[in-house]
Amino acid sequence: MSKKRFDFFHEVAVPKGAEGWEKMYPYFLVPQPEGRDAEDSRLWFADSMHWSRAVHPFDSIGAEAVYLGVGVNSTRSIALPTSLGLDVRVFNGFVYICPLPIEDPEEIGKRAALFGDRAGFYFQNWPDLYAKWKEKMQASITRMEGLTFEPFPEFEPEEVIKQGWGKSASWQVIENYHRLVDEFFLIWQYHFEMLGLGYGAYMVFFQFCKEAFPEIEDQTVARMVAGVQGIMFRPDEELRRLAKTGVAAGLGSILSSGKPVEEVFASLDASEAGRAWAADFEATRDPWFNYFSEYGFLHEQKTWNDDLSIPLQGIARYAVRLMAGENIDRPIEQLAAEQDELAGEYRALLNPEEAKRFDDALNLSRAVFPYIEEHNIYVEHWSHSVFWRKVRELSRTMVTIGFFKDEEDLYHLNRFELDQALADAFQSWAIGVPPRGAAMWQEEIAKRRGIMAALRATSITPAYGIPPDEVTDPFAVMNYGVTTERVTEWLGANDAVDGQLLKGIPASPGVVEGPVRIIRHENEVADLQPGEILVAPITAPSWASAFSVVSGVVTDIGGMMSHAAIVCREYGMPAVVSTGYASSRLKTGQRVRLDGRNGTVEIL
Amino acid sequence: MLTIRFDEQTSLDTRLVGGKALGLAQMTQSGLPVAPGFTVSTQAYFRHLEESGLRRRIIELLADIDHGDIHALEAAEATIRAWFDEGDFPPAILAELTDAYDDLCERCTTHNISVAVRSSATAEDAKGASFAGEYDTFVGMRGVEEVALYIRRCWASAYTSRSMAYAWKNGIEPSEVDMAVVVQKTVNASAAGVMFTLSPLTGDRSRIAIEATYGLGLSVVGGEVTPDRYVVSKIGLDLVEKVLGEKAIEYLDGTTVADVEPARRSQYCLSDDQAVALAKLGKTLERQHGHPVDIEFAIDRDLPAGSNVILLQCRPETYWSGRHAAASAAPIVNAAQAVIENSLRHLKH
Repeated sequence: MSKKRFDFFHEVAVPKGAEGWEKMYPYFLVPQPEGRDAEDSRLWFADSMHWSRAVHPFDSIGAEAVYLGVGVNSTRSIALPTSLGLDVRVFNGFVYICPLPIEDPEEIGKRAALFGDRAGFYFQNWPDLYAKWKEKMQASITRMEGLTFEPFPEFEPEEVIKQGWGKSASWQVIENYHRLVDEFFLIWQYHFEMLGLGYGAYMVFFQFCKEAFPEIEDQTVARMVAGVQGIMFRPDEELRRLAKTGVAAGLGSILSSGKPVEEVFASLDASEAGRAWAADFEATRDPWFNYFSEYGFLHEQKTWNDDLSIPLQGIARYAVRLMAGENIDRPIEQLAAEQDELAGEYRALLNPEEAKRFDDALNLSRAVFPYIEEHNIYVEHWSHSVFWRKVRELSRTMVTIGFFKDEEDLYHLNRFELDQALADAFQSWAIGVPPRGAAMWQEEIAKRRGIMAALRATSITPAYGIPPDEVTDPFAVMNYGVTTERVTEWLGANDAVDGQLLKGIPASPGVVEGPVRIIRHENEVADLQPGEILVAPITAPSWASAFSVVSGVVTDIGGMMSHAAIVCREYGMPAVVSTGYASSRLKTGQRVRLDGRNGTVEIL
Repeated sequence: MLTIRFDEQTSLDTRLVGGKALGLAQMTQSGLPVAPGFTVSTQAYFRHLEESGLRRRIIELLADIDHGDIHALEAAEATIRAWFDEGDFPPAILAELTDAYDDLCERCTTHNISVAVRSSATAEDAKGASFAGEYDTFVGMRGVEEVALYIRRCWASAYTSRSMAYAWKNGIEPSEVDMAVVVQKTVNASAAGVMFTLSPLTGDRSRIAIEATYGLGLSVVGGEVTPDRYVVSKIGLDLVEKVLGEKAIEYLDGTTVADVEPARRSQYCLSDDQAVALAKLGKTLERQHGHPVDIEFAIDRDLPAGSNVILLQCRPETYWSGRHAAASAAPIVNAAQAVIENSLRHLKH
């Protein structure tokens, strides 16, 4: 493998129409000439799990925050012994990341000593620290909720005078923008507070199983640990619950009518039972529908609350099944029993010493797993939904005060540029002149819209640079599914473009044949037909209700531990993740054979 | 005690019947599907050696032999084999063998039933030294005369140059190997092969590996064909892998080899259901034995689908089992330390 490499960033031509793309992002996120040697000598893989499309300048705040969070935790706080954080670049609009393994034994030793102490503290106090973590997250969410972005008035409100403030009330817009950014960086530090440790602990069990049972499937190890209950299942559970109460109240035909949201609610409003159900639905929305169909890293992504047709569609699917006499309850007790039985059977194959370690490692994994599974709900779903809602409020205000023409304009500025624009808007308003840079920005935004269109039309390249002989970074392997094998296959795929076989990571067992449907946007989920195989850049756990329709799932990226893979297994849906190219190589309607145990997708 | 049926209590005495027969007796007595048969005990072997004077002659012949001299060993092998071929059974052994063979014919309701004559040594199958394939097996013998000759050939196989070298290498004198011989109805095999209740490649205890081909299993054991390969998970009994083999030839009986026509080569010789049914038997056997086992099986044409899987032999798996029993694992006292050690080990790989 040492001879084979991916393209270097500087060798790649700029997509036509995207010239000047690099000026849109903070300078440190895009390749710089002085970093070329370091960039060339390492592996950069696309983080399409978080950013499946080219990111708008403002949305690149996520790339900053996520990799600040990983870095500060891995490198500086718990001092992971064998790896630093993940370096990050935006290239041609896509986000690329780079694992940074530590190989110097002295350095490892120094960090291991610190890690032993610090990680030890977390493991000893895990449940308490997790409870505290939830409180911190809730507090941050509440603070973000409270941030307001009122348009600048003609005159300051009375209290500025009568209470002797002596400063502008509208200064809050600037302040709240800074606070919002700070909260966003804060929640992303929280996100990784316990995640690296969680993965580390899980890896102990994973590695033990791999050594004791060299041929065990990754997904089998995960099945022994994964929770069968938890808030990650709640949004979908709420859909099932609402479908059940709806059908029980005789509203099944209304709910499954397939009509637009307004018409469905108008029909419901006509009866007492319908109104009661609608009230229940309304009460469920916060927090359970603060749920992104994807992960909420791009401003245009919608939560169920932003587009109620998504949860209604899920409810409709469950209602149809209920009316057909099906039981839609997840058999939780049975799942838990099966999980224990599975672990018990593996344990029985071991000698007594091994069995003891198996138990220890399994218990440790099960202790940390709720965090691994649930943190997304707090961060990616709940926090992000508030964050983007607040950014939208700011955007509306910027339009109201005449700085931007369109609510989409804001996202074409990066977070530093937006800070300048706000300063301009506020100071100009204070002085009493029109914003000095509005026209300049209008011209720039028009140009950037063209660049974004060109970048979005480009299909993603899975990796750049020189891969290491072996990929060992725990995040790369566990979360992104970027393994040595996968990198080798990506390299091979460059040679054989017409390959009839895509290889990925087996994420959920089962073999299925059928036509594929490429889903790039959550609003395309409704197009899925029974028996189709869903192919997407990432698997989105919130598509769970669609899983009763499709027969399999294929994604470009994602590891065994990606939240989506866990949920796919849970729903018994054959899945292959981390194929690198499936969503760009396959075409809707094409027939494939998906083998979820071997991790292959064969074009038929 | 010169011949013992698989379903008799004394058939569980390994000193009398040897490892292979013991396995068959255990399987028979626990209701597993085994082709009917009996064992010519080690007592018969001793008696034959004593009464024919063979023991003394063999010991003398081997006394001064150079263990590393292939030519000398080969010469000794030929001499000893000739002695066994020429020396008829003592009358008592012949009488019991005739009774046992007639009884088997009666049980199978077939006159002059075709049988397999198979070595079952007591040093054989000892954990740590498998003696796998060191001693001879003959298939397709009919009538007492022929069976008697091949029983003596099995005995003689304790003194082939190859098996003597193997015995010495494991610190055993060839003359101390106690040879019993299994006489068992020949399976009318449409397919046959070998099953390990762990992965022979990786030692994975959660896997069951099956190799099978058309006809008798000789070509699998002898490495004359690339068999079809099946891997079944022990837990859940899912067929996790199957790889089509070449299967260019098949043994119709012990000596008749036929080409397999291309159309059949490209088909799997076992159905998925048969592979899973076999694995289920393997799992049962492993549980009974308390450790992984190595099993020979066949699909018998004479039997109806669903109950046509026949187990031919079951022995303890020796290579990986020893390693697993000795595998050490430390309990996790300190989670952080375990994570560190794990990440370092990961790095070393």
